[in-house]
Amino acid sequence: MSGKKHITMTVNGEAQEFLAEPRELLIHTLRERLNITGPHIGCETSHCGACTVTLDGKSVKSCTVFVAQADGADITTIEGLGNPDSLHVLQEAFKEHHGLQCGFCTPGMITRASKLLEENPSPTEEEVRFGMAGNICRCTGYQNIVKSILAAATEMNAAKEAAE
Amino acid sequence: MNKELTREERTDALGGMGCKRKRVEDARFTQGKGNYVDDIKLPGMLHGDFVRSPYAHAKVVSINTDAAMALDGVVAVLTAADLAPLGLHWMPTLAGDKQMVLADGKVLFQGQEVAYVVAKDRYIAADAVELVEVEYEELPVLTDPFAAMESDVVLREDLMGEGGALPDGAHGPRKHHNHIFTWEVGEKEATQQVLDEADVVAEEMVYYHRTHPCPLETCGCVASMDKVNGKLTLHGTFQAPHAIRTVVSLISGIEEHNIRVISPDIGGGFGNKVGAYPGYVCSVVASIVTGVPVKWVEDRMENLMTTAFARDYHMHGKISATKEGKITGLWCHTTADHGGFDACADPTKFPAGFMNICTGSYDIPTAYLAVDGVYTNKAPGGVSYRCSFRVTEAAYFIERMVEILAIELNMDAAELRRINFIKKDQFPYQSALGWEYDSGDYHTAWDKALKAVDYDGLRAEQAQRVEDFKAGKTRKLMGIGLTHFTEIVGAGPVKNCDILGLGMFDSCEIRIHPTGSAIARLGTISQGQGHATTFAQILATEIGLPADSITIEEGDTDTAPYGLGTYGSRSTPVAGAATAMAGRKIRAKAQMIAAYLLEVHDDDVEFDVDRFVVKGAPEKFKTMKEIAFAAYNQAIPGIEPGLEAVSYYDPPNMTYPFGAYVCVMDIDVDTGVTDIRRFYALDDCGTRINPMIIEGQVHGGLTEALAVALGQEIAYDDMGNVKTGTLMDFFLPTAWEVPNYETDHTVTPSPHHPIGAKGVGESPHVGGVPCFSNAVNDAFRAFGLRHTHMPHDHWRIWKTANELGLHG
Ligand code: FES
Ligand code: FES
Repeated sequence: MSGKKHITMTVNGEAQEFLAEPRELLIHTLRERLNITGPHIGCETSHCGACTVTLDGKSVKSCTVFVAQADGADITTIEGLGNPDSLHVLQEAFKEHHGLQCGFCTPGMITRASKLLEENPSPTEEEVRFGMAGNICRCTGYQNIVKSILAAATEMNAAKEAAE
Repeated sequence: MNKELTREERTDALGGMGCKRKRVEDARFTQGKGNYVDDIKLPGMLHGDFVRSPYAHAKVVSINTDAAMALDGVVAVLTAADLAPLGLHWMPTLAGDKQMVLADGKVLFQGQEVAYVVAKDRYIAADAVELVEVEYEELPVLTDPFAAMESDVVLREDLMGEGGALPDGAHGPRKHHNHIFTWEVGEKEATQQVLDEADVVAEEMVYYHRTHPCPLETCGCVASMDKVNGKLTLHGTFQAPHAIRTVVSLISGIEEHNIRVISPDIGGGFGNKVGAYPGYVCSVVASIVTGVPVKWVEDRMENLMTTAFARDYHMHGKISATKEGKITGLWCHTTADHGGFDACADPTKFPAGFMNICTGSYDIPTAYLAVDGVYTNKAPGGVSYRCSFRVTEAAYFIERMVEILAIELNMDAAELRRINFIKKDQFPYQSALGWEYDSGDYHTAWDKALKAVDYDGLRAEQAQRVEDFKAGKTRKLMGIGLTHFTEIVGAGPVKNCDILGLGMFDSCEIRIHPTGSAIARLGTISQGQGHATTFAQILATEIGLPADSITIEEGDTDTAPYGLGTYGSRSTPVAGAATAMAGRKIRAKAQMIAAYLLEVHDDDVEFDVDRFVVKGAPEKFKTMKEIAFAAYNQAIPGIEPGLEAVSYYDPPNMTYPFGAYVCVMDIDVDTGVTDIRRFYALDDCGTRINPMIIEGQVHGGLTEALAVALGQEIAYDDMGNVKTGTLMDFFLPTAWEVPNYETDHTVTPSPHHPIGAKGVGESPHVGGVPCFSNAVNDAFRAFGLRHTHMPHDHWRIWKTANELGLHG
């Protein structure tokens, strides 16, 4: 196959460096090369959002990004959002409000929601529904996902206020 | 000494049945630490990928694998010729038919598996797929089952006898070379006579289109043959791991004890992951051939095109009634399009599943149902997409027929239902098509639902809207969708339910540890239903140990007791019952231990929440925790050490959940766009184990119903090309299209189930589809519409409006 390209990237705060075929998809880089299996594959055509990560401050679907395009990028996945000892507010909220069932969409959902709340810290229900429309869930019917995100927003805002 | 807790406090501390316990599964899923099949990586693992047919019907003239084999990193390319010596080029289906694993001289549907490439990584495998040269010779394509029944074209030469004879199929005589079976229930002549003599008869062809369960995770497996000790481990997205083990053993000849099937976390199933697919067989063979693990995970297009579609039922119905609206008879003839192979997942004796629940919630004295299965050049499948076997078809059929009858009678559809419901005192009720409904209280549920939505107010508003529309004041119509469904779930009694000869019981095994915690293993497997949470709740109530101290484990055939898996809302009715029964065995032994410790007779102690107390002297007690310890550290005369139990539960009957749904929808006549203003869902699933999880199941099932009713389909063109092979064309609703649902309930416990539970996962889908569809049809009732087919996407609705002359 074609020549390999030297790639560097930061994933969840850790520097990564490797040689890869330029055509390698970022989702495969994460899952197969770096063993970061939180982001999932549901379609490989940019429709479902199971593979959502944050790349240089934007929500992207990593199934349709070539690794060559992500050279030098700063990437955050679900694994970078919280850890077992201190979960992200969204992770807690999804547990609390039954915002997941099979869990397959959940990493992409929460990763996207974290970005959405950065872009818009006090969204209306309608804004949440619109802002999450790139992420498909087959199990929950979204009602509790929306509830989880709104609850997380309220909590994050309250924490911010308390800190000020 | 702790302060003595009240009975209520002790009950709450258990986290047992009826409480909104938070899910124990969620910690790992929210952190991206689920373990799904594609997350499994084994040392030296290779990747499999399929060469698939671009044609829907063709002879395979030749396959040349040289160029693919020459590619660096390709380890093997399997074709039917390689599998034939092992007898694995065909495999049995769950429906008593057989299916090609790899194309054996011909292909019968677009996307059919032709060759299997094994390579070092998925990119090389994909490159190699492109290099396999297959020469095809196109054959005439049959995509319409009615045309197939008339056609000279033979789809399945393998099923023809000598000199064109037509041997019987798995379900009896066949009428034509493309015919699979006829299944008849009820009284044909008597029903015809009732129809002939009736005041009113409504007739309609109700087509339930082909669609697909499309879980977010596709199907896949990792097969690993350990040649040193002769053991095969098969990880995969299996809704029925034990049945898969038995099937793999039967077709491979590997003894069952040498096969370990593991279902890891599953990213949704909805029926898609019940069957056995060529990918599993090829991966197993490839692992045996190469001696290393082989992974196969289908992509979305392969998922939609090849593994397990749902529905495709053409239901021709007639329903008769008196002038006053009392239903007297129901007749249904269904032409069922099964695709190229009959791979339906139904209990053996039910080739059309439980389609004979199609008399629904109504007291219909005389009925007749016939189903003809037909081969076409479409993908095989016919699974129950979030329903018990063919129950969505049945519910959709009867709920449409009742609406059409209401039009014929010029009656209100809610009132027509009310005067025909089976009455509370008629249960257990023997239906004309052979089921014994265990329990129900339909009138109460119906009245509660109509009151909740102010039904009369809605009808008045709708009438006003029609006036306004006619007066040119609005371009939006309003539809009120009604549904009262009766589900039949919990397959099922071994006396009449089996799959491949395996009785459809289920099982639970419990081990109590000395310190009073426990592990329970079941024959089922969660795909998002939250079994680890709810089964622990059942047990907590039954054995008096906290749910948080009980681990639930499923999906590993080496450790779990045999069971038929999770689909058809059978987990709670069957495995849930097994869990309760195993818990009761634990309790029975605990009672003897308690009596010994308290130095009284067995009959002198009784169970009280989390302990056994001496009757009449509640201050004398032993907690279950103390009893557990005693089971392991005391020599009790006549009692074996330890505290374990196993139960295999064979249900005496099915369970019959029901519900009353109302949908209020606005429809823009000029664009066909629908806006769901309100959706009210009342479910009666008997005893409620975890209201939070029930509600989540209802939201999810309704959303899948919305998808099916309003846009989701697997469509073919005349050449048998799949037109909806990606999520671009196959409708999956997003948060933007989905409304907020109002949920409600009544509780009519199942009289024969140990805890009275009936199952709920599929009710919202079964009831939701007709409810959404009825709303669309109802919006146009005032303008003369009787029936229009699903899916009601914007284009079809616009077309309906146009045909009714509403565009001026
Ligand atoms: S896998 Fe990337 S959007 Fe579906
Ligand atoms: S929880 Fe299953 S896809 Fe969202």
